[in-house]
Amino acid sequence: MRMSRASRGDAEAGLAEGPGLAEAVGEILERLRSLEGPLLPILHAVQDRFGFIPADSVPLIAKGLNLSRAEVHGVISFYPLFRTGPPGKRTLYICRAEACQAMGGAVLEAHAKRALGIDYGGTTADGEFTLEPVFCLGNCACSPSVLLNGRLHSRVDPKAFDELIGR
Amino acid sequence: MSVRVLVPSDSTAKSLGADAVAAAVAEAAPALDVRRTGSRGLYWLEPLVEVETAAGRIGFGPLDVQRARTLFAGGAPSAEHPDCLGLVAELPALKAQARLTMTRAGVVEPLSLAQYEAHGGFLGLRRAQSLTAQEIVAAVTESGLRGRGGAAFPTGVKWRTVLQAEGSQKYIVCNADEGDSGTFADRMVMESDPFLLIEGMRIAGLAVGADRGYIYCRAEYPQAIATLDEAIRLAAAAGHLHGFHLQVREGAGAYICGEETSLLESLEGKRGTVRYRPPLPATAGLFGKPTVVNNVISLATVPVILAQGAEHHRSFGVGRSLGTLTVQLAGNVRRGGLFEVPFGVTLRQVVEDLGGGTASGRPIKAVQAGGPLGAYIPPQHFDTPLDYESFQTIDAMIGHGGLVVFDDRADLGTLARYAFEFCAEESCGKCTPCRVGAVRGVEVVDRIRRGERAVDNRILLKDLCRTMIDGSLCGLGGMAPLPVLSVMEHFAEEL
Ligand SMILES: Cc1cc2nc3c(=O)[nH]c(=O)nc-3n(C[C@H](O)[C@H](O)[C@H](O)COP(=O)(O)O)c2cc1C
Ligand code: FES
Repeated sequence: MRMSRASRGDAEAGLAEGPGLAEAVGEILERLRSLEGPLLPILHAVQDRFGFIPADSVPLIAKGLNLSRAEVHGVISFYPLFRTGPPGKRTLYICRAEACQAMGGAVLEAHAKRALGIDYGGTTADGEFTLEPVFCLGNCACSPSVLLNGRLHSRVDPKAFDELIGR
Repeated sequence: MSVRVLVPSDSTAKSLGADAVAAAVAEAAPALDVRRTGSRGLYWLEPLVEVETAAGRIGFGPLDVQRARTLFAGGAPSAEHPDCLGLVAELPALKAQARLTMTRAGVVEPLSLAQYEAHGGFLGLRRAQSLTAQEIVAAVTESGLRGRGGAAFPTGVKWRTVLQAEGSQKYIVCNADEGDSGTFADRMVMESDPFLLIEGMRIAGLAVGADRGYIYCRAEYPQAIATLDEAIRLAAAAGHLHGFHLQVREGAGAYICGEETSLLESLEGKRGTVRYRPPLPATAGLFGKPTVVNNVISLATVPVILAQGAEHHRSFGVGRSLGTLTVQLAGNVRRGGLFEVPFGVTLRQVVEDLGGGTASGRPIKAVQAGGPLGAYIPPQHFDTPLDYESFQTIDAMIGHGGLVVFDDRADLGTLARYAFEFCAEESCGKCTPCRVGAVRGVEVVDRIRRGERAVDNRILLKDLCRTMIDGSLCGLGGMAPLPVLSVMEHFAEEL
């Protein structure tokens, strides 16, 4: 996934089924199939387009690359950033790694879960936020770090978090 | 000509408000020429705004929008302004460094080829073009450069193997997966000086006879990916790639894909499971072809070796750890950022003198060196020199050069548990000691912490660690026990 995009807001979620899907996946396959090792770039492109990798795209990708569905599925399930269901409007990644823990990351994690009423992997009932863990954002000198819809935020304490989510 | 003002655009600087500061400066003083550079890595000063003067660049920071507006109302502030930090190049934090690799970061506009060349760019490539492949490999070998990704394998030796390998197609693969907590040096090169990495890969291509290269960059670095894509396009258009085919590929959140064979699997479009060795990637790597896999910093250090000579590189460092280490100071530290220093300075000099101790002002309890698989080092070992061999003597490793500082409130028992939790989460599943061992490790740590048969379970835990170290296929399972053992040894009351 492009962590910078991939929110339902700018993805074409409505296209994730039906003939629109086949056309979009076909176009992506056409464009990327000739790369060496094309599967990951194709999965990224599909996810960029839809915000996740729709189940119906798997047989199309498999056929296009002459792979089995199981192989494609196996790859999707291996990588934490590939999603198989739609995310909320905004995806919030909280860094769980050590440098962020050294600056109160665990307090932030607990606060975020409480404030949003969801656990990691969950989406708020209003469809606004999806909460995901991430292991380091390369922002470790200004911890704790949060990535909200592709934008990095530094030194996020619970108060700053509340401002970020507008509550 | 209007005065030039430089505002960093690196992703940490942006996360601290650099974009808004740049806009505020431009609005407060429209006559100024506001440019966006990368970052010098002095992150406690970001957003650090620099103003060009006859004497050199002067700095102001950290700035927020409010301060930027006041400071730049009616024009650029002068060196006499009370908030001025003085000449940036003379800042003690930079003067104390030996910047061999990170010379342009924060100085140039990252995507300006003209500025890249004006600041010494492509000198190494030009030199390499006048040498034979053997001579390039010899220079890199003589420089003493060892891989900066963690394993510290001599780069020249690896290149010689690939050069001598049979094969019409060879590859240069740059490992830009940078998954270790506490590290951001690769990101800085990619965001702040991308042509440097391209130049290094191009030289590697000449050295081993490879005309294709891939940069495998983690998805968590969208700005690095975008910057590299554009830099490659610009370098190719200006004729700097000479038929070398270079592409960026994006990971998808798997830590294990930093391990080189797993990375190659991922590049091939598969699950990122670790390969058995032999064969080594150098003889059968990407798509079974001879492949150089090197870390970003290793490749980014090659141009200066070619440009200034192997001797110059060797003149830094100690023993078998030659050149410089791009230390990344992170976590609970007052001055967090990138410090490029010669190997051999002590941990204390870096953490206390350069880093200024903890951000919280409390005593340091431990420093984790080398990422999530690295040891927690207690203060009694802070006089250890930062070099690969000395770190071995204290059962620690330098890895990619990340140092994460913890103050006295840190719970090392929880952190030890986390090491196993992380390993369980990230294991590729191919070998049993890692896949199962990490899960059992979490359970045993929990039992000890609950006081259940603590003596027996401590023995069991050590035994489990030994099994993982000896029996794992790669460094994930092989090293995840190191932080745990370090806690058991140095912070016994917590585990
Ligand atoms: C679990 C694991 C993760 C690794 N992650 C990285 C990484 O993110 N970046 C990196 O350059 N090397 C990483 N390495 C080391 C690589 O396997 C390999 O040694 C390195 O890319 C070789 O390049 P170098 O010689 O220039 O260091 C990792 C190793 C292991 C065992
Ligand atoms: S550890 Fe959180 S950003 Fe690196």
